[in-house]
Amino acid sequence: MKQGIFTIVENQALTSSVYSMVLEGCTSEIKNPGQFVEVSIPGRFLRRPISVCRWAEGRLTLIYKVVGQGTADLSAMAPGQTLDLLTGLGNGYDLSPAGDAPLLLGGGVGVPPLFGLCEALVAQGKRPHVILGFNTKEEIFYEAEFRALGVPVTVTTADGSYGIKGFVTDAMDLPYTYFYACGPLPMLRAIDRAAKTPGQFSMEERMGCGFGACMGCTIQTKAGPRRVCKDGPVFYREEVTL
Amino acid sequence: MNTKVTLCGLELDNPVIPASGTFGFGAEFAALYDINILGTFSFKGTTREPRFGNPTPRIAECPAGMLNAVGLQNPGIDHVLAHELPEMKRYFHKPVMANVSGFSVEDYVEVCRRLDSQEQVGWLEVNVSCPNVHGGGMSFGTDPASAGAVTKAVKAVTTKPVIVKLSPNVTDIAAIARACEENGADGISLINTVLGMRIDLNRRRPLLANTTGGMSGPAIFPLAVRMVYQVYEAVSIPIVGMGGVSSARDVLELMLAGATAVEVGAANLTDPFACKKIIEELPSLMAQYHIENLSDIIGGAHHG
Repeated sequence: MKQGIFTIVENQALTSSVYSMVLEGCTSEIKNPGQFVEVSIPGRFLRRPISVCRWAEGRLTLIYKVVGQGTADLSAMAPGQTLDLLTGLGNGYDLSPAGDAPLLLGGGVGVPPLFGLCEALVAQGKRPHVILGFNTKEEIFYEAEFRALGVPVTVTTADGSYGIKGFVTDAMDLPYTYFYACGPLPMLRAIDRAAKTPGQFSMEERMGCGFGACMGCTIQTKAGPRRVCKDGPVFYREEVTL
Repeated sequence: MNTKVTLCGLELDNPVIPASGTFGFGAEFAALYDINILGTFSFKGTTREPRFGNPTPRIAECPAGMLNAVGLQNPGIDHVLAHELPEMKRYFHKPVMANVSGFSVEDYVEVCRRLDSQEQVGWLEVNVSCPNVHGGGMSFGTDPASAGAVTKAVKAVTTKPVIVKLSPNVTDIAAIARACEENGADGISLINTVLGMRIDLNRRRPLLANTTGGMSGPAIFPLAVRMVYQVYEAVSIPIVGMGGVSSARDVLELMLAGATAVEVGAANLTDPFACKKIIEELPSLMAQYHIENLSDIIGGAHHG
């Protein structure tokens, strides 16, 4: 973990409530896709945990949804303004069990960390297949970015306004060697019922500190209590009871 | 410039102590800075049996602070003795403050008795004020007779200084502090969190799974100052002040109110370097206020 000041380079709306923020600053602590940062928002007491969508040396992209006043404040910030971030938080995805053709399943704001994962898998010569689930056509983001990585992408919408009508699990009937999933709990549960291989789930909880001190985000796992922020947010399928 | 203070017979290099529940057993912070710069720290509240704590959400925000309803999640005294304390030896070389909680007088006695033989433990901080558990915790700290009974029972099984941690969620904190002193407490620490609640407008339900939670952070600092001031007038044993402390200025203020040492809680969660920064800030702030020995200002606001 590292604390650092980052400068906003870009803060753009991708949909009516989802924003993409590009920041410049030291990213040396970010080791794995699926890790997150804690953003200090001026005037708000607690930091906001946001998953890292992608990063490079000196630059990172966060995609966040406006869900309350803190993220609303964040969406109103302009390029040139600075933010205090804790970086390198959480474990991130374990790429080693992926096999040749892993399946990446993202729902809503669970999509962003899968982008960094997809980039890393492609860089390793894997052939990931991506399934992105949204409620409706207007909420879709990052389909083109995933396609630009040269991977097959399937989009599902709950209302059928785009792609396959239904949920990500309605598009899972294809061969795959492993899975990685990030999204709302009902989606993770459905994947856990449907998946035919081992895999990894990225979990979400309200956090206090984000680095393992306060026990604010503890979940019960088969191996006992685990902190989503420090022991997770990524857990192996066999560890968790969803 | 001297930042040393003496707490119940043990000298601290400075009065800054991370508060229980915001610092785990120190390992997460030891990875960031040398935590031996601290006066000491109060480790995660430990009970007789392991506890998972409350369901999530356990955390909510409020203006200038937060609410938590962790519910004393901890691995239990067996695990603390077998694993946490031996591990802690590797990165913390000062006497540590052991925070103890329970659901019956016997629970407190058992955990304190087992910690008594631990050389690493300098003080026992007996938490009779957790607002997030039912049938124990705070119920012992909201009534002078119960607080006194716990104090007396744990004093009988330990030679270590016993500091009783009190709740602000009471009508007369001075009476409870006096009951602890009369039953042998070596010190009083206060304040634990203030009972609060938030409601989620979308779900129209309490935001925390536990319905209520303990409020901490700068929002409660004036309440802490007031209560430390009141307790200082009521007892003659040392006071460990806490509640929303987030700067060296706050440390001086609580010491003037009557605190011998000061715990820092929620600030550690938003800034993992909070205690380090406070310790580094102290000398220049002391110079600014013409303080040569920090211990000279304890209770200073009461004189004259």
